[in-house]
Amino acid sequence: MKLIWSALFLAVLAGTGCQNVKPWQRGTLADYTMRADRDPIGTAQEEHIFFSREMASGGRGVGGGGCGCN
Amino acid sequence: MQLRRIVISICASLTVVMIARADVKIGESFLDLSKYKLDGKLPSDLKGKVVLVDFWASWCGPCKESFPVMNELQKKYGGQGLIIIAVNEDEKKSDMDDFCKDNPTSFTIVRDAGPEGKKVVDKTEISVMPSSFLIDTEGKVRFAHSGFHGADSKKKYEQEIESLLNK
Repeated sequence: MKLIWSALFLAVLAGTGCQNVKPWQRGTLADYTMRADRDPIGTAQEEHIFFSREMASGGRGVGGGGCGCN
Repeated sequence: MQLRRIVISICASLTVVMIARADVKIGESFLDLSKYKLDGKLPSDLKGKVVLVDFWASWCGPCKESFPVMNELQKKYGGQGLIIIAVNEDEKKSDMDDFCKDNPTSFTIVRDAGPEGKKVVDKTEISVMPSSFLIDTEGKVRFAHSGFHGADSKKKYEQEIESLLNK
């Protein structure tokens, strides 16, 4: 019985720990400062290091700011 | 036995909450906008009009793309009875004002100013921005749009608006 209660408690805790961000609440996520590639010089440097080390380039991050529009 | 009852009641209440959330459905009446806290003036008489309600925000790229098209639609069909109401979802009013300064509009813009959870948009269950609903002359939702896809969306809007105006 105790085990079932603990499992139920943990399930409720885990369930309430998730925060849903609704499409209309993504203003902060869509901000330019949230972009991984907002600093062109920094990005170019990182790309260069990544290329030299891994012999691979591109494919880093995703386009857009995260507003999930469309 | 008691535990089973608790689990069942939790599931039942969750189901009720989920069903109660989506208040806008195709074929049913749209929400009464006058019952919500909106910044800005709604058109006085919507009866007998075809209404396009669009949910947008200044930070959303496709929303910005949709504005010239909505301006065109308002200009083309406004005389025949189309009313466009664009409901803004920005957190700060100044963001909306700045956007409106750069993108002048010929249609109505109001801001969804209610507290979190009690906004108009909370009742719509939209999954992307922008999203819009086209309402017929009897106040029933006839078409819904998710996102804005340039010329495709414009063509669809025109077809749907014409079908509702010619009813």
